[in-house]
Amino acid sequence: MIQRQKQNNFNKELKDALLTALITFALTVLLFGVRTVQQPGKLGIETRWSWVILSVIAAFFGRLFFVFCTGLINNKGSYFQGVADNITKIGGTVKILTTVILVLTAILLPLLPFSDRYVIDIATLVLTYIMLGWGLNIVVGLAGLLDLGYVAFYAVGSYSFALLAHYHDLSFWVCLPFAGLFAAMFGVILGFPVLRLRGDYLAIVTLGFGEIIRVILLNWYQFTGGPDGISGIPRPAFFGLEFKRIPPEGTASFHTFFSIEYSSLHRIIFLYYLILLMAFITNLFVIRLRKLPIGRAWEALREDETACRSIGINPTNTKLTAFALGAMFAGFAGSFFASRQGFISPESFTFTESAIILAIVVLGGMGSQIGVVIASIVLIGATEFFRELEEFRMLVFGALMVAIMIWKPKGLISHRAPTVRLHT
Amino acid sequence: MANTEPLLLKVDRLSMAFSGLLAVDDVSFNAYNKNITAIIGPNGAGKTTVFNCLTGFYRPLSGIMLLYHGEKRFDLQRMKDFRIAQKAKVARTFQNIRLFPNMSVLENLVVAQHNALMRASWFTVGGLMGFRSYKNKEKEVIELAKYWLTRTDLVEYADLPAGNLSYGAQRKLEITRAMCMEPVLLCLDEPAAGLNPAESSDLCELLLFIKENHRVGILLIEHDMSVVMGISDYIVVLDYGKKIAEGPPESIRENPAVIAAYLGEEE
Repeated sequence: MIQRQKQNNFNKELKDALLTALITFALTVLLFGVRTVQQPGKLGIETRWSWVILSVIAAFFGRLFFVFCTGLINNKGSYFQGVADNITKIGGTVKILTTVILVLTAILLPLLPFSDRYVIDIATLVLTYIMLGWGLNIVVGLAGLLDLGYVAFYAVGSYSFALLAHYHDLSFWVCLPFAGLFAAMFGVILGFPVLRLRGDYLAIVTLGFGEIIRVILLNWYQFTGGPDGISGIPRPAFFGLEFKRIPPEGTASFHTFFSIEYSSLHRIIFLYYLILLMAFITNLFVIRLRKLPIGRAWEALREDETACRSIGINPTNTKLTAFALGAMFAGFAGSFFASRQGFISPESFTFTESAIILAIVVLGGMGSQIGVVIASIVLIGATEFFRELEEFRMLVFGALMVAIMIWKPKGLISHRAPTVRLHT
Repeated sequence: MANTEPLLLKVDRLSMAFSGLLAVDDVSFNAYNKNITAIIGPNGAGKTTVFNCLTGFYRPLSGIMLLYHGEKRFDLQRMKDFRIAQKAKVARTFQNIRLFPNMSVLENLVVAQHNALMRASWFTVGGLMGFRSYKNKEKEVIELAKYWLTRTDLVEYADLPAGNLSYGAQRKLEITRAMCMEPVLLCLDEPAAGLNPAESSDLCELLLFIKENHRVGILLIEHDMSVVMGISDYIVVLDYGKKIAEGPPESIRENPAVIAAYLGEEE
């Protein structure tokens, strides 16, 4: 009896895998299979059947393996739920291990054998988004205020540093606190008019705010340089040591001070560690805030504003602090971005950026710190690594988002640990 | 018997209208410390509107509401909702339960002491630096929460999300949260709605315990007459926004106007 059951199951699994292979074939036969190429005088077609065959085979065995491993074919109803539960277990019990591995990898990354300029550059970019994600997590994940204009604060931070450096010749380290302060101020300015709004309405106003900032930067030509942007933004120095091949008269450069060979990689690695440190501080700050009364008030506000009023929480102050602190971290990240690029223009602060940062927070799991890390690596890192796929890159990006939302509708890490416990 | 305790709340000629409809019409009543004052009446009589005026969710059309708090006096009609909770120490529960469902039971109670904790953490600055004063205050708050959780038999659920509790437990938790604010006036909006008889009598016991052991006046809106008649010291009856009767339970039970409002008049 059991024998027959097993046989039956195997048939089912085989059928399932065949179906997957068929779908893969239908999808790839035109996308991969044929390709237009320039031939002298005409447009020719080149076939790449081997690609199609490879993907079909991969899909067939991949599916078979997947189904075997999860053993889910029997309870069809909760198919996706089963997969989701498995991922949750990884998020819940092995969380500390994941964190340790991630932190160690992050610290040792520049020393690893495969790390070249390109890898470190991508890692720096990913870390910038992680920092932005952690900042936005305060506003969206904790306080529950849907902010679609977060990139505005990133822009304010970038431009405050760039303009201060441009007009007053100030260095990165002097400008960093100001950039954060200005961004926080803009957070409060945005916060005031939207205090009464929630949900969709709040999203629309913040979206408008983001666009306003970008349009002002674009049109205030005399001050911001408009679409030409600002160039020649100073690079951050390592305790006063710059990363120049030939240091100016009377000053030391990084390589002359430590008497090592000059390499342009030094600065890249320094920038990487700088953003790693900034992101790390952001994380500690947010984790700490979450366990303080202000953090609990944010979460309470997300859950039920009326109940908050009834227990004496001032919703105005609570929302404004969330906006201000979230904006502050965007400001810090923005001034790092300006300093790393050396050139900024309003082009870098479009709505797409806001959407990506929001996607990172939502896909990571609202309010989850480690979720933001994983989502950033997956969304930013993966799309960068798939750069060779050219036009299919955005397809991969979209597919990833859809896949995460199907399997984990509440985000990758949806587990929420209480901030205080009675029983340990 | 009500007069032995000091006056806590004086509502005088309170009126509230929604676009022309008088929901509360010239209602006056008093509530005393360590007393349970029930407000009853048929559906739509304006009971919850009185509560919403008291707790600042609505601004009344006219009338005054004075809360006596030792030497201090608060004009509730002039204060904002969260200030009433924060300064005048008026706590309330809602007809449809309003907890913070994704936060743990204990967190729900700790949040209720938000303002005290905020001060102890120096508005977050001291808390970020890990000052001892904040840690001690937090311990104190958790002890208070633990006291109430033990009292309401919710201790074993302390670390679970509040939304996972059963309906009856959520009702109890909402009262517990209100008590964790250490209020002087507790306003309960239909606390027994949806409870089974056992849970109902549990609730009565809890309310009597609060009345006996804590310096707090209780205002109670309730439809369940066994609860109302069993535990209240004084009853105010509303109908169509007007006060039609008031007095101790025995006199209300026989009051012809009340019987008429509930059962209809004889032809």
